[in-house]
Amino acid sequence: MSSEAHAGEVDAGASVGTNLGIWIGLVAITFLEVFLAYEQLQPAVMLTILVVLSLVKAGMIMSYFMHLKYEKLSLVLLLVPAMIFCICMMFIFFFPEAFRLLQMRPH
Amino acid sequence: MHDVKTDEALDSAWSGGKSPYAIGSKKLGMWLFIVSDTLTFSALLIVYSYSRLTNPDWPRPFPIFPAIAFSTTMTVVLLASSLTMVMAVMAAQRNDRKKTVMWMVATMVGGLLFTALHLTEWMNMITKEHFTITGNPEGTPLFGAVFFGITGLHMTHVMIGVIYLGIVAVGYGRGKFSAEDVEVNGLYWHFVDLVWMFVFPLIYLMSVKY
Repeated sequence: MSSEAHAGEVDAGASVGTNLGIWIGLVAITFLEVFLAYEQLQPAVMLTILVVLSLVKAGMIMSYFMHLKYEKLSLVLLLVPAMIFCICMMFIFFFPEAFRLLQMRPH
Repeated sequence: MHDVKTDEALDSAWSGGKSPYAIGSKKLGMWLFIVSDTLTFSALLIVYSYSRLTNPDWPRPFPIFPAIAFSTTMTVVLLASSLTMVMAVMAAQRNDRKKTVMWMVATMVGGLLFTALHLTEWMNMITKEHFTITGNPEGTPLFGAVFFGITGLHMTHVMIGVIYLGIVAVGYGRGKFSAEDVEVNGLYWHFVDLVWMFVFPLIYLMSVKY
């Protein structure tokens, strides 16, 4: 890191306006989710859309509210890939077992 | 006092500097806790998905009115408390102690309101709809364990967050804690909000009663 950032003096972060915009976005996505529930979509479609929207919301909260966008890349690389890897590992074990049990359901 | 921001070791982050991530140890500690807690909640949500997928008689106990409207209100309250926490952190960075404490108190009010709404919902489910941790009239008893387990752990996080906010607000107001302590507190609070962004759609919106 160069000295112009004066030794770890991180970016002050987003302005009040940006944070307010993010917050309005989060509320809007929440209402979109509720609207989708009201529309009675197929469960698989509904689940896919909800998970994607939740990941978008998580990204917005982590980037702006939790300031990760303004931190050093080394911190992001320390935290995020390992976390995603661990969650993916949990899901690797989840899928085969879950689908095997799904097929064993009484029809 | 040793100021981490003027530490020359930070200039050479990759060459064994004391603070290669350019943040204080408290903030790094909180981030590592958040990663571990994320895995706890991920595991619980995977357990929920697994139980749900393998139980055809999974209950769908939440009608749009009043249950989903109620839980949407809870979500907005929690989101609003995140915004007030952002304002508290920004005020702390400006060294405005009075406003910081004010915004932190507003965040605590949001947390308490969320908890009160959540407990109201729980009491309604337990006393009127007879959903308990071991059984319910609509399907597999696993629902109660999963629902009360996940939302209960989240509510515990909210309550701990309110206590944490109270301690830091008093300490910061008296000049005992620094702006970094407020920021670390904010990280925890936003994480609690972030978890709810998964709990609300997966637990509530996927179980709407039509």
